[in-house]
Amino acid sequence: MNSPAKFGDPVVTCPPGLSGWELSRESRVSEADVVISCHNVWKVFGKGAEKLRLTSATTAEELRSTGYIAAVRDVSLSVRRGEMLVVMGLSGSGKSTLVRCLARLVDVTSGAVMVEGRDIGAMTEAELIQLRRAKMGMVFQSFGLLPHRTAIENVAFPLEMRGQDRATRLARARAMMELVGLKGREDYFPRELSGGQQQRVGIARSLAVEPDIWFLDEPFSALDPLIRREMQDEFLRLKSMVAKTIVFITHDFDEALRLADRIAIMKDGAVEQCDTPERIVMAPASEYVAKFTSAIDRGRVIRAGALAELPAGRMLEGPPVLAHQTLRELAHQLVCDPRNLIPVVTGEGRPVGGLDKSRAVELLFGGEA
Amino acid sequence: MPARLSAWPVLLALAVVLAAAQSVLPQALHRPPEWLVLPFAHWINSIFVFVQEDLGLMSLTRAFSDLVEFCLDVTANLLYGKSRWPHLGPIPWTVIAVAAGAVGYALSGWRLAVFSAGTFVWIAVMGQWKWAMETLSVIVVAAPFSVALGLTMGILAWRSATVERVLNPILNVAQSLPHFAYMIPVVVFIGIGPKAGAIVTIIFSVPPMIRMTLLGLRKVSPEIIESGQMSGATRLQLMTRVRLPSARTEILIGVNQVIMQCLAMVVLASFIGMPGLGQKLLQLLQALKIGLSAEIGITIVLLAILLDRLSRAWALRQPEHNEAGASWLERHRLLLVWAVPTALAFALAAWDPYFVEVKRNQALSIAGPIDAAMDVFVRAAIPVTDWLRWFLITWVLIPMRDAFLWLPYVTVLLFLAAVGWAIGGLRSALVSLAFIIPIALSGWWDRAMITIYMVTVSVVLAIMIGVPLGLWGARRAARAERLLLVCDSFQTFPSFIYLIPVIMLFGVNDVAVIAAVVVFATVPIVRYTVEGLRNVPAEIVEAASMSGASRWQRLIHAELPLALPTMVVGANQSIMFSLFMVIIAAFIGTQDLGQEMQRALSSTDVGKGLVLGFAVAFIGLMADHLLVRWSAERKQRLGI
Repeated sequence: MNSPAKFGDPVVTCPPGLSGWELSRESRVSEADVVISCHNVWKVFGKGAEKLRLTSATTAEELRSTGYIAAVRDVSLSVRRGEMLVVMGLSGSGKSTLVRCLARLVDVTSGAVMVEGRDIGAMTEAELIQLRRAKMGMVFQSFGLLPHRTAIENVAFPLEMRGQDRATRLARARAMMELVGLKGREDYFPRELSGGQQQRVGIARSLAVEPDIWFLDEPFSALDPLIRREMQDEFLRLKSMVAKTIVFITHDFDEALRLADRIAIMKDGAVEQCDTPERIVMAPASEYVAKFTSAIDRGRVIRAGALAELPAGRMLEGPPVLAHQTLRELAHQLVCDPRNLIPVVTGEGRPVGGLDKSRAVELLFGGEA
Repeated sequence: MPARLSAWPVLLALAVVLAAAQSVLPQALHRPPEWLVLPFAHWINSIFVFVQEDLGLMSLTRAFSDLVEFCLDVTANLLYGKSRWPHLGPIPWTVIAVAAGAVGYALSGWRLAVFSAGTFVWIAVMGQWKWAMETLSVIVVAAPFSVALGLTMGILAWRSATVERVLNPILNVAQSLPHFAYMIPVVVFIGIGPKAGAIVTIIFSVPPMIRMTLLGLRKVSPEIIESGQMSGATRLQLMTRVRLPSARTEILIGVNQVIMQCLAMVVLASFIGMPGLGQKLLQLLQALKIGLSAEIGITIVLLAILLDRLSRAWALRQPEHNEAGASWLERHRLLLVWAVPTALAFALAAWDPYFVEVKRNQALSIAGPIDAAMDVFVRAAIPVTDWLRWFLITWVLIPMRDAFLWLPYVTVLLFLAAVGWAIGGLRSALVSLAFIIPIALSGWWDRAMITIYMVTVSVVLAIMIGVPLGLWGARRAARAERLLLVCDSFQTFPSFIYLIPVIMLFGVNDVAVIAAVVVFATVPIVRYTVEGLRNVPAEIVEAASMSGASRWQRLIHAELPLALPTMVVGANQSIMFSLFMVIIAAFIGTQDLGQEMQRALSSTDVGKGLVLGFAVAFIGLMADHLLVRWSAERKQRLGI
């Protein structure tokens, strides 16, 4: 991703194709705000894998021919404070292994993972436990609840590990249960709850210690579609209430588009592209990404801001649209508005540019970006 | 694989040739010559003497056995009033029966509660209280020791691959060593009596606990462990609060197996002076008091079923929440179910000493009617049993025994190598030989062949009875379920019990031994036949039916081939059971390894006892290797 320092006043020098809305989002973060970053991370399974010399040039085929399996290949990415990165890929693409590398549930074979500037690979066990107790929460695909504990005892478990006394941790756990909408089910055992309810317990547990970093490993994949939708809404509600750095794993592209600030698409252990949803759709970095996004309804992904261009000598008149609105949300207006160029402004009312109506309509009805 | 195809028929042919040339073979090919026989027993004895005297192990075992003895004294005082610390007992039998009922209620419900309390009432009114409590007091002490030991070793094996690699073959041998082989070293180290009985029980019942702990820890879902790690659990917290509780079911199934092993061993430990139901049964059987021994037998069976049901119910119990706002009464139901009748029982006990202890002259007995009924039955059955005895001895047992003894040992070695090769190639051939050659070198060849002949005859008879029974049982789902339940119950009985009915019917001779072994060995055959057939995928059966197969055609072409690997596993278990039973039944009078083992036990000859024990174990392990290998390969080929 380009450094925001290259751009001056977004309204004047915004290069075509890069939106002002995006820029305004970009300008909010800086390098100092990176919470998690990983540098050339490899995870290779096989006996004696630590001794392998792994470089960017090493291919998966080379490894396989020598009896190794590369789950994560040369991944470098960073997640900024308050950002939600969605890692997506098909099953076996290494996304679950990657998130386990970020949490050091598995040790990386090569490369480094930095959390808040510290190399977690170099941490002692005690330091790692301290980090998890203070800063990390994780939600699992099959919930990972302890079958012999009630829901509330499960939620209180991380607090128990921290050594909080019973009354305090149960009070906190009760509050978390209420937050996820499970008030009244505190004393149920996991097997007495439905899948959706179990995952709510899992979410409540992961939030109990108020972590700064929240990992979610395909949290909704084990749920049926209706419940999944409901849980996604619930998740967005929670996300707006708690400001956290989030790494979210999914194999569902729709889910990724719905939730992500940025998406990293993985294939065979490597990240193909890591970008905003708009850019993934409009400027796919590879054939694979393009194939992935081809069936996607562009109108739902592309926001007005992304299409806004500088009005070369033309006047922008009339009521503006907001930069973060998707084309789908603007569909009615796009069809009915008599103007060819519609002004776009940010949420704060700062002008961004003009939206070319005919291009927008074309995208909305299935044209190429 | 051409090597595999060509080698085994050659070996087989060679074996046949050598057998045909039996009469002209030199003596050295007939039986292992004197100079080949190695003094294993002497070596083992030297090791034991070294361990006993030079390693200071004696003081260690003494410390452990003192601890066990202390626990035994406490339970003995509580359960039947032996005058030892804490001098509180005996607890009135009514109170114990109520406690048993409450445990049954807590673990399962009213039905088990009634059965549980009823068993103890039966024991008391039949005047067997002291013997039963002697037996139970050992189980109550031995089982927790075993569980703790097994759990620890299971965790160690789980943590370290090296420990597991070392432990695995030891467990394999340990689980195929006959009961008596455990007793001899214990007698040497500890002596005879309840303490020795308890310790041999502890050692004998540890292996399944290790296995189940390992299995349980392996089965915990990785996500549950990761969730524990992400909650910031340390290794110790992870083990005690995440892994072990999540492996609860497997661990408790291990506890169930420990308890059943304990019961089986405690009953047999009467051979080394362990008082209780087993000793009483042994005395009565030796005196041929059928009615009285049947009474004891019923008690042992009831206890076996009860202990099995209770511990199984505990393992399968799932936690349940109390509804919010439940009253104090509802939340403490169990306490009430226990406390109120207990108070009543104490009141009864204070009112009449009958409710504290049933005196010998107050006890009921059904021995008289049983004896009378048996008399009538046996007299009616005499023509049949006599004929059967004559037929089996004259036409099956003696010819078979002679045939097995007639075979030159080289033929047996070559034959087993050929079978091994046919099943699993060179490796299996070598494994077979590795198990059988030490037996040839041990100097107990003839005895071993007699054991093998008895097991062979028994297993063949068991298959002839068990497979048709299994086929019949598997035809309907409900019937299959009932039959499996019966098999389950039969398997919980201590093997000793099986001797009572056969002695009733056939008296004390070879046929009685074979009959007991056959009954015992039929159970796994029935069980695995039913399971194998019931687990044939429904679509395959339906596809066969839609192809127009008759019931027989369907059975022969679709169901049996798919069920066969499972049935072979049953045959394997059947062989194991037969071996154990043949050895136990030796005290009725056989001339096999078991008889020698009894002699080794009475002369406390550790070396001889262990050599014989290993010989039995090796026979079992060889069969196990061949059959399991075949079954696994077949299953893989069938894709099931």
